[in-house]
Amino acid sequence: MKIMVKSRTLYDKIWDNHLIQSENDTSLIYIDRHLVHEVTSPQAFEGLREAGRKVRAPEKTIAVPDHNVATTSDRLTNFGSEEGRIQLETLDKNARDFGIHYYAVDDIRQGIVHIIGPEQGWTLPGMTIVCGDSHTATHGAFGALAHGIGTSEVEHVLATQTLIQQKSKNMKVEVSGELGKGVTAKDITLTIIGKTGTAGGTGHVIEYCGNAIESLSMEGRMTVCNMAIEGGARAGLIAPDQKTLDYVKGRPNSPKGEKWDQAVKLWKTLFSDPDAYFDKEIFLKAEDIAPVVTWGTSPEDVLPITDFVPSPDNFRGSKVEAAKRSLEYMGLRPGQKLQDIEVDAVFIGSCTNGRIEDLREVEKIVKGKKVKSGIRAMVVPGSGLVKKQAEEEGIANALKDAGFDWRMPGCSMCLAMNPDQLLPEERCAATSNRNFEGRQGRGGRTHLMSPAMAAAAAITGRLTDVRDI
Amino acid sequence: MEKFNILEGIAAPIPLINIDTDMLIPKQFLKTIKRTGLGENLFFEMRYDQNGNEIKDFILNKDHYSKASIIVGGANFGCGSSREHAPWALKDFGIKCIISTSFADIFFNNCFKNGILPIIVSEDLHQILLQDAEMETTSIMKIDLENQKIVRNNGDQLDFEVDEFKKYCLLNGLDDIGLTLKSADKISSFEKEYSKKFSWS
Repeated sequence: MKIMVKSRTLYDKIWDNHLIQSENDTSLIYIDRHLVHEVTSPQAFEGLREAGRKVRAPEKTIAVPDHNVATTSDRLTNFGSEEGRIQLETLDKNARDFGIHYYAVDDIRQGIVHIIGPEQGWTLPGMTIVCGDSHTATHGAFGALAHGIGTSEVEHVLATQTLIQQKSKNMKVEVSGELGKGVTAKDITLTIIGKTGTAGGTGHVIEYCGNAIESLSMEGRMTVCNMAIEGGARAGLIAPDQKTLDYVKGRPNSPKGEKWDQAVKLWKTLFSDPDAYFDKEIFLKAEDIAPVVTWGTSPEDVLPITDFVPSPDNFRGSKVEAAKRSLEYMGLRPGQKLQDIEVDAVFIGSCTNGRIEDLREVEKIVKGKKVKSGIRAMVVPGSGLVKKQAEEEGIANALKDAGFDWRMPGCSMCLAMNPDQLLPEERCAATSNRNFEGRQGRGGRTHLMSPAMAAAAAITGRLTDVRDI
Repeated sequence: MEKFNILEGIAAPIPLINIDTDMLIPKQFLKTIKRTGLGENLFFEMRYDQNGNEIKDFILNKDHYSKASIIVGGANFGCGSSREHAPWALKDFGIKCIISTSFADIFFNNCFKNGILPIIVSEDLHQILLQDAEMETTSIMKIDLENQKIVRNNGDQLDFEVDEFKKYCLLNGLDDIGLTLKSADKISSFEKEYSKKFSWS
């Protein structure tokens, strides 16, 4: 007798592997990895203590301070603020009291939670990974179902190692063809958001596919998945392939020996069946993607660098008012050439673009050149190990010689919780993920772009087409 | 968690689209290790000027609307980060219900965990409710969760949809962890089977 098996997407397969029970639309799913940082966890641990509960699976729970840590070399004694110090101390105490894995501020492996997960081999294909941070989507680059959760859910996962979920819909984003010169993973992910809008993926898990996606390195794939959330999707996925296995193999916490062979056997089943159903499909040609920047205060406000600041009249409905407000906040006028916009600051780092490959891209552009005088340019490596590697490869010296400020690892000016902030009306070319009002400091003006584009802006002092450098 | 059944209160109109979590509660207030006390910093940058004075034009600073318990907000409400500080700030301010045409996923979930009811309505109903909210005299609405009705000031009743399980939790003020732990045996037996098949996890 032939048994008919329903075609499934990659998301469906991971979901099915972790489904404990399901009633009506509400399911309980098992969580393989829980990443914890200092900002969204204190209230969750406090809840556990009040209820007399333990962490159910401390061996699957990994804590690291990143959002709030200072990035100056004296950060072990200078915390930036008293509240910040208390928050770090609270994480330290919670990690030790509850016996979870922990990378303290003075550990060279400390860094942004989404950078050290993959780096330390905690992130593996086919897993369910959660963290009280929306950029958990990053880990989807490994074919893991990874998404952000709130603090109540952090407490729920700590106590039960499960999450109450409703299954999302499936969305496919296929990018095919060959990327042009100067076009990077960041340009792909921003272009997708520009096309679908910040609510385009709401209620969906996105699977990114197509040969342009396959051609990306693991670092590039992480950049793409990282910003699934800016497109409204809680999670983004890329099917694992040989590149994924090569990246994962030999990491401190990845499986070894017989377990590795078992894992690889299962990981090879992690792909969407050819006729699997997607509720929504988007197709892009790689050749149509240019180096891009954002002009407004929503990540969907994306344009090729060769373009002009749009007029609110170009939009419809409630976006007209939103665009007016954005232009006023950003201090821009319709019709201005994007390449004429001068910047005051450059920020290179974040979970979107704080990996070694990103720093190599920056070095290629700035080596032997100087940051334009008057511009504040800062590089914040994503982890202590990225920092070390960049120092060993000579990248750090090249960047310092060019005039960049070389910092200790952390989230830094991506969300500006620590003292790394923009001043009111200060304009920044940033490799981070959000250009919201006040995101990088009250009144600060953020233009999102790739590391190469941000490096180019540092040299010329204005938004610049990296292909001209 | 406090039970949610019938809410009668002032609805404040904030029609701006893409109200993000940084707008709801900026990062400098995320350093707290408590869930309470964030209400005075809700919409901080829209509510206060650089010197910390109230901006009179902002809706929640107006006498009538400063007592609002409902927001009629623009599309994609709550986009951005996963910070639960956003619903904590709303709750601390006194907001118990948000009505919009769409919400960001994580924020939507976080609301329910804190006794706040996010309601999704059609564009047409949204326009009607926004107009109601804009006039002080018609801005008082009633939200009846049990019967899934929004009752306008003129007595009109509008239906809304809500997930059964989330409704049940809100009506009874249930804490998710307690509910899940009722299935502790199921979790343990799942874990046992799972760790055989996925030994490396």
